[in-house]
Amino acid sequence: MRKAKPFKVPRGMKNGADHPLAQKIQAEFADFYIGATLFRDDLSIHLKREGLFSICRFLKEDPALDFDYPIHISSVDFPNEAERFEVVYEFYSIRKKHQIRLKTRVPEDDCVIDSVTPLWAGANYLEREVYDMMGIRFNNHPEMKRILLPDEYDEGYPLRKNFPIQGRGWRDTFDFPH
Amino acid sequence: MAVENPPTEEASLPLLKTEEVLLNLGPQHPSTHGVLKVIVTLEGEKVIKSEPVLGFLHRGVEKIAEQITYNQFIPHTDRLDYICAMYNNFAYVRAVEKLLDITVPWRAEYLRTIVAEVQRIIGHLFWLGTQALDIGAMTVFFFTFRDREVLLDLFVDLCGARLTTSWYRVGGVERDFTDKIIDDLYRFIDSFPEKIAEYDALLIRNRIWLARTKDIAVISGEDAIAYGLTGPTLRGSGVDYDLRKVSPYGAYGHVEWTVPLGTKGDTYDRYWIRMEEMKESSKIIRQCLDQLPKGPYKAYLPKFVAPDKERVFTDMESMIYQFKLYSGGFNAPEGDIYCGTEAHKGELGFYIVSQGGGKPYRMKIRAPSFVHMGAFDHMAKGYMIADIITIFGTYDIVMGECDR
Repeated sequence: MRKAKPFKVPRGMKNGADHPLAQKIQAEFADFYIGATLFRDDLSIHLKREGLFSICRFLKEDPALDFDYPIHISSVDFPNEAERFEVVYEFYSIRKKHQIRLKTRVPEDDCVIDSVTPLWAGANYLEREVYDMMGIRFNNHPEMKRILLPDEYDEGYPLRKNFPIQGRGWRDTFDFPH
Repeated sequence: MAVENPPTEEASLPLLKTEEVLLNLGPQHPSTHGVLKVIVTLEGEKVIKSEPVLGFLHRGVEKIAEQITYNQFIPHTDRLDYICAMYNNFAYVRAVEKLLDITVPWRAEYLRTIVAEVQRIIGHLFWLGTQALDIGAMTVFFFTFRDREVLLDLFVDLCGARLTTSWYRVGGVERDFTDKIIDDLYRFIDSFPEKIAEYDALLIRNRIWLARTKDIAVISGEDAIAYGLTGPTLRGSGVDYDLRKVSPYGAYGHVEWTVPLGTKGDTYDRYWIRMEEMKESSKIIRQCLDQLPKGPYKAYLPKFVAPDKERVFTDMESMIYQFKLYSGGFNAPEGDIYCGTEAHKGELGFYIVSQGGGKPYRMKIRAPSFVHMGAFDHMAKGYMIADIITIFGTYDIVMGECDR
């Protein structure tokens, strides 16, 4: 197994480890917690992907946290880093009025992460979009297939950084007169 | 002729064949508000399962955003939800301002709020007209489009375009209100209650309208939150969540208004909420116009905001800043932010990842229409096939935003 790098707060961001939400997650899930950052008052918590589902269930079911509203799920591609893809979850609690962002990394050769659709029904389409655009598969998802692109599309995943902006595949065979 | 014995009851009834029918609805159907296909499984007229097929209008806006500077992306936000371009601009520039950590002058905040609320009225008028048209009440469409045109003419005076406006800028707005625009706005909101009374006269006791909207597409508050519904679709189920109240931006914290809430979560409640929101919007516009402070309409931050043309022509530094801004964009700090804004359809959010430099590293657009389509199967189940058209309408869906 690859040795995990020690967590370093990026330049320009504050350390969010003192935030009450971060401390609560750290106390409950010390094995999966990596670190926390604060940027423009947005709290981001970095996690190991093995613990993602149990942490999400804790966030939803703990009465003091009560994260009931999934705002968005998205993904970022860092082609030069060891664990290439970052999956980003953003949740909000309508009753408790607090917000949290979870970040977890997925390596390119094993692009799989647990789905949170069993917890929030709205995660279904959001996760399908992540799969469609970035090629990250979600375990236990009811219908893991493309959503915006056609089902038979096989030119890759367009939001990966190595995908050219003009597209690829059948466009290369176009025979333009000029 | 011999009279035959009447057939027995069993023989007279041919065996009723009951089987599920698979039906393709769309993508070329006028009521789908764009190009959207739904594969519905029917039992008789009842919907068992429905599966939206999205992506007919996918243009790869998020990929385009990674190739161009922050300011160059503003016109692309117009094309997301082309009914409601001003609010998309607003949501986007707010997100960029949060990333840059800059504040805008008060006059700009008020101008932004006024135009955003005008845009909300336009969006709701458009929704009301098309929803009534889908149900068969055609007259409402003409009335709402008549009044929408008055407001679109205001946008023409303001920025020269009716729909693709691009009037908001990072750090302020593109140009100030003229006296004519302020007078026209006062005139419009003075006459607006009469116009709402006209729409009400056409709909409020219309039996067909009530039969087609009451108890249709009911969703409970809990389910609506779990599906990520926002805007009038969420508030129709009685959940008090409006970003303008929860985290006030613009001038919303300085004016008095209320958030209308539904009780049942059916299509009628969502219609009622939009009608009430139009009244609240005209209240906000009037208070903002009364309070409109004097001052600059754009922040003076030459590193991020293009300086005035007058300065550019007379001052060397400003000209250098202008050149740097338009050739390479401003230098955004490293970091990532999410900023949600209450557009008239729901929460329109931008998640921007910056690694420094003039272009975003990754931009995710949280479009309300896309998230709402995720709840479509849940809301259409058990209703009649004709109600499917009403459910598209009740989301106020625009495919340009849904497919991005």
